[in-house]
Parts: sequence; C-alpha cells; structure tokens
Amino acid sequence: MSVIAGRLSPRDGLRVASVGLRVRPLRAALSALGIAIGTAAIVAILGLSASSQAGLLAEIDRLGTNMLTVEAGQSLTGQETQLPLDAPGRITLLGDVQVLAHTGLMKNEKVYRNSMIPAAESGGMQVRASSLNLLAVLSTGIARGAWLNAGTVHEPVAVLGAVAAERLGIDRVYPDQRIWLGGRWFNVAGILQPSPLAADIDTSALVGYPAAQKYLGYVSIARGEQRAGPPSTIYVRVATGHEAAVQALLAPTANPEAPDQVNVSQPSDVLTARAAAAGAFDSLFLGLGIVALIVGAVGVANIMIISVLERRSENGLRRALGATKQQIRTQFLTESILLAVLGGIVGVVVGVIATAIYAGTKHWVIVIPVEAWSGGIASAIVIGAFAGLMPAIRASRLPPTVALRTV
Amino acid sequence: MTAVLELDAVTKVYGEQPPVAALRGVSFSVQRGELVAVVGPSGSGKSTLLHVMGTLERPSSGVVRIDGVDAAQLDDRALSQVRARQIGFVFQQFFLAEHATVRENVADGLLYAGAPAAERYERADEALERVGLSHRTTFKPTKLSGGERQRVAIARALVGRPAIVLADEPTGNLDMTTGASIMELIRELNVAGATIMMITHDGGLAGQLPRQIRIVDGQVVSDAKATA
Ligand SMILES: Nc1ncnc2c1ncn2[C@@H]1O[C@H](COP(=O)(O)OP(=O)(O)O)[C@@H](O)[C@H]1O
Ligand SMILES: [Mg+2]
Repeated sequence: MSVIAGRLSPRDGLRVASVGLRVRPLRAALSALGIAIGTAAIVAILGLSASSQAGLLAEIDRLGTNMLTVEAGQSLTGQETQLPLDAPGRITLLGDVQVLAHTGLMKNEKVYRNSMIPAAESGGMQVRASSLNLLAVLSTGIARGAWLNAGTVHEPVAVLGAVAAERLGIDRVYPDQRIWLGGRWFNVAGILQPSPLAADIDTSALVGYPAAQKYLGYVSIARGEQRAGPPSTIYVRVATGHEAAVQALLAPTANPEAPDQVNVSQPSDVLTARAAAAGAFDSLFLGLGIVALIVGAVGVANIMIISVLERRSENGLRRALGATKQQIRTQFLTESILLAVLGGIVGVVVGVIATAIYAGTKHWVIVIPVEAWSGGIASAIVIGAFAGLMPAIRASRLPPTVALRTV
Repeated sequence: MTAVLELDAVTKVYGEQPPVAALRGVSFSVQRGELVAVVGPSGSGKSTLLHVMGTLERPSSGVVRIDGVDAAQLDDRALSQVRARQIGFVFQQFFLAEHATVRENVADGLLYAGAPAAERYERADEALERVGLSHRTTFKPTKLSGGERQRVAIARALVGRPAIVLADEPTGNLDMTTGASIMELIRELNVAGATIMMITHDGGLAGQLPRQIRIVDGQVVSDAKATA
C-alpha cells in the first residue's frame, strides 16, 4: 500500500484553523482584545513620536537652518554691552550674507493693556524697535491685522508678538485697539504668528525705529548725528552651507573693537535638538503597551486551552478522518496565531487612526514607522505562536478514543 | 485473497491499578464485501475493539492488519493516512460540525486524504445521493432529523470509498423506525459493494446481518455466518 501523506492546502488549513473564530466570533474578539489594545498603544506611541518629529523637522525645513543671530553680550566685568550702530551695515557687506533684519530692545520701556495697570506688572513683555524686513528674515507671518509699513514706522503704532498679544488679552485687531506703551498710547496694527527661530519676538511689542526715536527717545549719537538705535539683536540669513564660515566672522564684524562682547548663535540648533528629543518615544507608555500585549497573550492562551477542552470530540473525529497529530497541532497553533494577528491588525488600525487624528490636530505629517506596524503584526504572530503552543501540543496528545467513546 | 481486516490474538489492557482487560485475545478476519455485526452486552469491549480495528488505539498485544499491512509497523503519519483512505467511521453521536453544511461535512471525510476541494465536493454530492440526501446538501445539520444526521455521517464515512466502514452503534441514538431505515441503508450499501462492520448491543439487529461476531468480556464467544 502506498502512503502519500495528505497535506492540507493553505486554504483548507486556514478554513480548519478558523473554525473556532467563526463559531464563536464574540469570544474570539474578546480574547484578542488585549493584543489589540497593546498593539494600538505601541503603534500610536511610535507613530506619534515619529509624526511630531516629522512635524518639527518640517518646521525647521520651512524656517531654514541658515539663520544666525548676533546679540549684544556682556563685558568682562559682567556689564551689559551694546552693539555698535553700524554693525548691521558692516555685516551686510560680508560675503555669503543674504539678508538681515534687526531689533533694538528698549529695556526701560514697558507695555500694558491700559494706563491703569500698576507699573510692576509688565508680564515679562519687552518693547523693541524693529527693522521693516523682520518678518521676511524670520519666516514668520502675521496672524491678525497688518505689519508695520513705511508710514506706520513713524507713528505710535505697535505690532504684538504672539505671546505678548495673549498676555495683553488681545486676540483681535480693530481700528481703535490701543495699548499703553512707554507711558503713552500706541495703536495696535497687528499680531504676529509665533517665531520659533526668535522666541524673544513672541513676547515683544514691536514699533518702528523712527517711532522709537520720536516717542520713546531711543537714540544714539553716531558721528555727531542722532540716529535711532542701537540694535540689540541682528538676524542674519546666510548662503546655505556657509553658516560656519560666516558665524566665525560675525562677532569681529559686528564689533571690531570688542568681538568677545558679541554673542553669535544658530537658533535652529535648538529646534533640531528638540526634534531629536521628540523622536525618542515615551518609554512609560511603550512599557504599558507591552504589558497589555502580555496580558493579551495570557488571554489568548486561556481561550485556546478552553477551546481545546471543548473541542475534544471534534479533534477525535478529525483523527478518525485521518488527521495526524501534527495536523491537529498545526490547526490549533494556526488558530491561536490567527486570533493574535486579528488582534494585532485591529490594534495597528486603531493606532494609525489615533496617530492620524492627533497629528491632524497638530498639522503634522502622519508618519507611521514601518517598524511600528510590522513590529506590531510580527509580535502578534510571535505571541499567538507562544500562547497557542501548549494548548496545541495538548490537543494533539489527547487520545482520540476518549472523546469518541459512547458513554 | 487477503483479508481487508485481520485481528490476531489482540488484547487491550487499560490502566495500571487495577488493570482492566477490555480485549482478551481477539482473533478474526473480515473479507472484502462482508457485512459483519459485532454484538455483545454493554462493557464487553465492543467500542475498544472498534478503536483498535480503526487504528485509533494500538493494541496491548497481538496484530491488527489492514489490507494485509501490520498497523504496528506504521507511524502516526502513515496510520493517519490509513484512516483517511482505508477506514470510514460512523459513530453513535454522529459528530457532525454544526457550523458547516451537510455537503461540507461529507466533503471533510476526504479532507485529510489529500483530495482537492472540487473533487471533495463532487464526491460528497455522490455520497449524499447514495444515502438519499441529495435534497439536503446545503442544510446545516441542526436542521436535520436524527436519522438524516446519521445518513450524513454514513455518507462522510463512505465518501473516500474506504476498504472498510466501522460503525459503532449507528442506530443507538435513533428510534425504532429510523433505526430500521438506517439498517436498510447499511444493507443496501453492502450490496453495492461496501465492506461494513457494525457494532451493536442489540441481538435482534445483529441477527439481520449475514455474520455475527459475539463478544463477551473482551473475548469472542461465537463467530457465526448465516447459512443462506
Ligand atoms: N480509557 C479507558 N480506561 C480504562 N478503562 C476503559 C477505557 N475505555 C474502556 N474501558 C473499559 O473497557 C471495558 C470495555 O469498554 P467498551 O469497549 O466501551 O465496551 P462496550 O463498547 O462494549 O460497551 C469497560 O469495562 C470499560 O470500562
Ligand atoms: Mg460502546
């Protein structure tokens, strides 16, 4: 007699292995729930950290990494210094400098919502004179109203940084909107969007240099001539790739007499560091996800043990119909893996949806790392195999005759 | 001519303390085309005998030959193939899958023999025709009467055209009339060529069959062929 081992086709194998799922779908769903929750948590955590990182990188991309900031530093004796009035003009002449803008911080001027507020409560806000091209150099936009123009730079008109507007309780701009700035009323022309490259701007009320000179007395004497200023911060856009070379020249160019009193920085460094930090996912939540996966594995193992006990007569019958022990083992192992993978797939879908919703509200690109979903499915397969192994071996070892015996 | 089934001094002892000898030296052989009743009181070892003949259980000693092959020489894979191809089982409780249709239940009789799905369903329909259930192929077993269910189980045992069908009290769960019609079917199938061994505790039913092996306390006490 020739014995050709009957092997089930993959399709038959799946049909046989999914009997338990098809007959008791609710039980299958509940037993796979733990795995679904665990996978969803892990995928969402990895997806969210990747998406927030991508969001920050996109932001950095938009803002450009080619901006350098020149600021007045401190003298050797710890005193505050000033930049020379003509520092911007000298820096403009440097090769590889594309464009620059500057602001002048008026340390003594305060800004209030109205004239009744006690002087002490200035809320950490600053008053700055600003060059007209500031927004273009910072890649920042106007949230409400308008930016300064050639006319309003001479008028008592201010534009508020995003945080300053919030602290002053101003969220709209209308014609007679006024603030109490430097001991007199200024009209509010507009409110800026946040400036990630220049956080100081966010907390500032900005006025034109001529207005600063005229109404706030912000003047310096240069070669016997009164001029508005000096600038305290210069924002320099540099040809991409030449940041380091220009950075080395900026301090001596800005203040040839005392280059060590000038601070030069690359603000995008901070953002890049923050983006790197965002990529490091929250290990606490990841740990919780893994705990959920383990609980899920126990749930699946539990259901498989019950299933094997309940289906003894089905097993006995399959043995009578010619199933080998190996085939019985494979059947229950496959069922367990199927169960876990279904949980894993649901978990991945839920995790992706959660990521998409959250990333959507933050206007991030939705990034689901390949390792997140493939790892989710792969760990479900491993968990299913692990949870199903013992029950499957038990099922195959059960003597078929016990289940088939009549009373 | 080799026997389809041959038992030689087969014993089966269960347990250790105290050991229960369910079979005590059973020998007989069944030729192709026979219809044999195994009859004996409850607990006499009939089901044990059926399991040993069907290779679901190995004997404690003695030899079981299926189509001349000593079952003791075969491993689990090979024995499983013997069951898949050479032996058909019918049980008192039918053991049908309730979630599957009648056709699927019968076709599963060929599942482990390695037949492709199309062939399984084709032969399932043929087998269902043979047991008179062509009009029930798409039903679920829960919608069938006891007699119909047993016919489905018989069709499943026959679908692979096994060398021998082993039936354990096939009428045990059925009323008199339905049981009689199943007996009728079994005789018809035998006339059409199937080799069938039927276990029963009912001497009356056994008496209707051409050969009766009488078993008491795990031993064959008589093996009588009707003198036609
Ligand atoms: N798995 C088992 N373990 C121990 N004893 C068993 C087992 N199976 C059957 N027996 C015993 O073997 C004897 C024969 O049982 P069985 O073959 O079921 O008889 P029958 O089918 O004729 O009623 C009985 O005494 C029964 O208790
Ligand atoms: Mg019995």
